[in-house]
Amino acid sequence: MQRFEYLIKRLVLAIVVILSVMVLTFFISRVLPSDPAAAWAGSHPTAEQIAIANQRLGLDQPLHVQFWRYFTSVLQGDLGTSLQTKQPIARDLRTYLPATMELVFCAMLLAVVVGIPLGVLSGAYKGSFFDHLTRLVSISGVSIPTFWLGLLLQLFFFSQLKILPLGSRISTATAINNPVTQLTGFYLIDTAVTGNWAAFKDTLLHLVLPACTLATYPVALAIRMTRSNIIEVLSEKYILAARITGLPRRTILFNLALKNAIIPTITVLGLSFAYSLTGDILIEIIYSWPGLGSYITSAVLAIDFPVIVSVTLFVTVIYVFINLILDLLQAMLDPRVSLE
Amino acid sequence: MSQALLSIENLSVRFKTYAGVIHAVNGMTFDVRPGEIFGLVGESGCGKSVTGLAVVRTLPGSGRISGGRILFHGEDLAAKSEAEMQAIRGRRIAMVFQDPTASLNPVFTIGQQIDHIIRHHTGGDHETARRKALDWFNAVALPDPQAVYDTYPHRLSGGMQQRVMIAMALCSGAELLIADEPTTALDVTIQAQILELLVKLRDQQGISILLITHNLGVVAETCERVAVAYAGQIVETGPTPAVLARRLHPYTEGLLAALPTAVRKGQTLQPIAGQVPDGLQPIAGCPFHPRCGKALPVCAQVNPALLPVEHADHLTACHLYTEAAV
Amino acid sequence: MTTTTLSAEPAASPPAVPSERQLIWRAFRQDKLAMLGVLVILFFVLTSLFAPLLTPYPAQGAGAPNIIEKFKAPSAEHPLGTDYLGRDVLARIFYGGRSSLTTGFLVVFLAVLIGAPLGAVAGYFGGRVDDVIMRITDVFLSFPPLLLAIAIATALGSGFVNTMIAIAITWWPWYTRLVRAQTVSLRERYFIEAARSIGVPSFKIIATHILPNVLTPVLVQGTMDLGSAILTGAAINFIGLGVQPPQADWGNMISQGRIYFIERPWFAGSAGVAIFLVVLSFNLIGDALRDAADPRTRRGEA
Repeated sequence: MQRFEYLIKRLVLAIVVILSVMVLTFFISRVLPSDPAAAWAGSHPTAEQIAIANQRLGLDQPLHVQFWRYFTSVLQGDLGTSLQTKQPIARDLRTYLPATMELVFCAMLLAVVVGIPLGVLSGAYKGSFFDHLTRLVSISGVSIPTFWLGLLLQLFFFSQLKILPLGSRISTATAINNPVTQLTGFYLIDTAVTGNWAAFKDTLLHLVLPACTLATYPVALAIRMTRSNIIEVLSEKYILAARITGLPRRTILFNLALKNAIIPTITVLGLSFAYSLTGDILIEIIYSWPGLGSYITSAVLAIDFPVIVSVTLFVTVIYVFINLILDLLQAMLDPRVSLE
Repeated sequence: MSQALLSIENLSVRFKTYAGVIHAVNGMTFDVRPGEIFGLVGESGCGKSVTGLAVVRTLPGSGRISGGRILFHGEDLAAKSEAEMQAIRGRRIAMVFQDPTASLNPVFTIGQQIDHIIRHHTGGDHETARRKALDWFNAVALPDPQAVYDTYPHRLSGGMQQRVMIAMALCSGAELLIADEPTTALDVTIQAQILELLVKLRDQQGISILLITHNLGVVAETCERVAVAYAGQIVETGPTPAVLARRLHPYTEGLLAALPTAVRKGQTLQPIAGQVPDGLQPIAGCPFHPRCGKALPVCAQVNPALLPVEHADHLTACHLYTEAAV
Repeated sequence: MTTTTLSAEPAASPPAVPSERQLIWRAFRQDKLAMLGVLVILFFVLTSLFAPLLTPYPAQGAGAPNIIEKFKAPSAEHPLGTDYLGRDVLARIFYGGRSSLTTGFLVVFLAVLIGAPLGAVAGYFGGRVDDVIMRITDVFLSFPPLLLAIAIATALGSGFVNTMIAIAITWWPWYTRLVRAQTVSLRERYFIEAARSIGVPSFKIIATHILPNVLTPVLVQGTMDLGSAILTGAAINFIGLGVQPPQADWGNMISQGRIYFIERPWFAGSAGVAIFLVVLSFNLIGDALRDAADPRTRRGEA
């Protein structure tokens, strides 16, 4: 079966890519820094610490032996220990991942629900006032630095209007009085499931600003890309042919062109996810959001290499798999795709 | 002489581009009678395809009808609103294009596509539409109609795709089919089959066909009457045998003489010198005169009118015949 | 049977039909917003270049503190106020532009320099070479963009040059993919076949036939990327890598001004406005260029 073979092929490719990613991250952490041991020993290391680091890292060993040790430990789930928190990194990841995912998910939801429809309408009614307005908004959205936008929104909604909180996932009052039971780590789900509506409302309020700030770039990008997809589809010969058979504009747009435009929209989804993920790092800084972004930022400032490498690897693996799923989705939707 | 079904009168179409204004069609006049296959023949750039698109009012980009009339059953299509045209498209006038692969939507099955068309024009449920589609697939001689109905366009050969296009074009009851180079992208043997199909459909259903092509052989075989186009105008029109035999206009003569079959072995080929005008620079007088070996001084000044010569049904636009005009 | 003889009079030479480049330029010029963008970019580039001459406070722009005057709101002497160390913010903006703008330009330049030839080679030779290059490209593209840049920048250490290298390393694969796709379609064209059949060496074909033909899409993409590159550079500087204070960069100006933002927004605010205007301009220019370069989207109405 062609589709099945394609799936297997892509899966194998993804695994090869992940292995290469591991090699690359390893290279970045061991080979790039001028003195890897010093880098690993933390800031201002003493000679003794460097010596210990050298031995710990096995830097006296040949490179491929080092990699093998790294590789096997990763496979066993041991991602090393953070130099700062002194905790196993794997555990830290589990703590911080849900916060990040909750934010990223909300941003992506906005991108899909707001960005794509606006892009479709903008492209279908190209040249109209609505189109010009949307284009202005979307081009501004991809031009504004999100971390700066976050500051502006905080100034406006927190300082001036006083209706939204400054940062964090929940207020300290709620954490004390109506604490969230840690089920999934997704506060919205955990509070809803346990009926903790006070905390639910609080969580929601805390999510608004970060999610909207993070969503700015993906929404704007989604509008721009979807618009150009629709315009491209509408300029195809088969749309002209459909028009000549007398089908009304509405039918052509919503029953025909939309399906043609869905396939490139998968690409839009992929990019929305990518930019949500990367922008998240900056958003977490601004809003003091306790997620992977904050984790990796403090690691960067402290030059905590084990964390930087492991988080990069971890996030990249997630990213690779999401992209794989989107690729397969795209292949399944397009009747023309058989084996590559 | 029977009343014309479609009458193009002095049609002009212009495109505004950054390179300037292009007059793609510049005073085209001909008519198509009920039940006939009419050939509109000319080289690339003579405006024949644009004329076809102008009739159904789906000109691309910045194209606009800048003059003339398109009379269909006596009504001027050039003056109709978009809503009125939408009622005409498919139902009364249909069109097929050169590249059937590009004209079929790749993500829908053939059945889904033709279903939309049939149900839009004649209503009814899915099953009725399906049966009607299958009837039409039989009429266009598709070997396994149900299989074609269920499949995706890219699985069909070029010839089968074109048959599907013809079915999709005619299934709503159109009386005029504009076929823009319907066989150019197909193999020679398939070309002949498609042409036969068009003739058969005309014979059985009384559909009139405006066949746009650059291929004189196609015209000779299938068209009762023909118009030769050059630089957006008609230079000669009349019954096909008469036009091909008499070759009144120097361009017609040049076209026929340039055919490889026109020369015997050992003789040199006879192209027409010069190039087709690009539509940007207006040419004073007759558009063909720079390339015409028989040009008279008046040809550089006055664009000759399309007038009957020898008998009322054979017209040409050439100063050589002005005294002889009927 | 009369025949058409060759016409005696030669055809009059036609007036010049504009070349493709001229058409693109004409269409581009029509987009007023894009032209406005060009002016904005010019403004920032010139003020950055001539910063020491334009501001009465060159030392402060470069970083010298002036604590007495700290936190002054915008006034006649300091049009954008002073920052937390009393430095004139306008001067800091001019000096910051040097870092931010250069980062953008050099990142794209490096990415094209590395990526485009690789893509041409991959697309032209195909086979093994293509596979290897594309696999490497795939690996680099597997990373979420900013993350890889952060990891590399941390590894290389802070500083202006290291940041640029780090970002450029994450950017080149896009150009490889772009140029490869263009090359593959060009390769099928007959004029390449013709050149090969008369024995033109491969690298010469690539240099003289392929690269000039991919120039337009690369230029369009590059222009659009300039904005993104500046945003990425600002982000890396914001996080704390890259240019270190007291040296100015729009990104680190925002991070430095962050804690004071609610009370005294003018220094972080101005830096953000500067980034926004520059990136917006590049995006407007890039969009207009892309629409002008594609004959289908080129606006036909003169």
